[in-house]
Amino acid sequence: MERIKEIRTRVELKEHGLENVHSTDFPGSYDGYDDTWSQEKFEKNFKVEIGRLTADELEFDMIGIDAAIANAFRRILLAEVPTMAIEKVHIYNNTSIIQDEVLAHRLGLIPIKADPRMFEYKQDAEAEPTDTDTIQFELKVKCTRNTHVKDATDPDDLYKNHKVMTSHMKWIPIGNQAQIFKEGEIRPVIDDILIAKLRPGQELDLKLFCVKGIGQDHAKFSPVATASYRLLPEITLLKPVTGKLAHKLKNCFTPGVIEIDNVNGESKARVAHPRKDTCSREVFRHDDLKDLVKLTRVRDHFIFSVESTGILPPEVLVSQAIQVLIAKVREVKRELDVYK
Amino acid sequence: METPRPEGEAPAPKQQTMIYICGECHMENEVKARDPIRCRECGYRIMYKKRTKRMIVFDAR
Repeated sequence: MERIKEIRTRVELKEHGLENVHSTDFPGSYDGYDDTWSQEKFEKNFKVEIGRLTADELEFDMIGIDAAIANAFRRILLAEVPTMAIEKVHIYNNTSIIQDEVLAHRLGLIPIKADPRMFEYKQDAEAEPTDTDTIQFELKVKCTRNTHVKDATDPDDLYKNHKVMTSHMKWIPIGNQAQIFKEGEIRPVIDDILIAKLRPGQELDLKLFCVKGIGQDHAKFSPVATASYRLLPEITLLKPVTGKLAHKLKNCFTPGVIEIDNVNGESKARVAHPRKDTCSREVFRHDDLKDLVKLTRVRDHFIFSVESTGILPPEVLVSQAIQVLIAKVREVKRELDVYK
Repeated sequence: METPRPEGEAPAPKQQTMIYICGECHMENEVKARDPIRCRECGYRIMYKKRTKRMIVFDAR
């Protein structure tokens, strides 16, 4: 019974591979277990704990959910939460050494700080831009020689405007956008991204058009730098580990995972923070240690890490991802209801 | 014999100045027809045309 519970809830890390990696807790898999899905049971077991929240990073634990659903959230974060990004570049002049198409591609990848919820998708790519679906920027930079300095060798002193930065991008409101958005609400997320380098006489004269899109269409629309999860590591000491061996064990894991206690003048190993472990399985390389520990991971405990590009705060991205999944479920339900 | 022009159309400007860029020092030079092709700044004799002023649209992909 104990073994079956283990198989159901833990992924085991062995010396040469992993065991019980798949979910098996489906109705009918086990004798004596009721695996039918119930809302009540789910609500009792499901938990979300926020670990760390900064302006552009979020780490939280999602406990008591199947990998399929957790993975759905991750994939939606990467590919289906919309943002605004540069889509069309009108090049009036570009005498820099960076080619037009390369420059256009670089511009596309710049994160644009603008709330995508305030905009609509552009229905027809060839249609005229309107204030509800397009943001316009102007990038007009000309490099000149700095005549005031002599005997300078640093390009920063020799030339003016030789580095084209995102701070050179000027927002041009379309229609009544100037009334809806305050100055500074629409701009590149980071002001010091280098777009191109110029030399005296070279110039850029561009108009940039941003539209709403999703990561599925192009990675530039992805709202996250990374969104990933890992399973909670679990380390069990099968026998007490003491003395020199305890220190050796400690060194097999990430710092902080194993702590050494002093019990009656003898050092004794204790599992302190298994969460910090990278699961390197280094411990299995040592014959004197490998039978003393068991490494597992909790199958329904997901440690999510969401890193935003800065367009939307990470907690908003997660709630948006949940909304996207709800909308999908509604759609499936609506189609199923037809056959009722 | 000169080809007859349609009435009302002005004759083409006799001497149109063109701006060329020196291949050596990248200075902009105004060059008239039958002028010697030579940079005013450095005397280099290879000149390049300026880029077209026509707008080109690119997809940022």
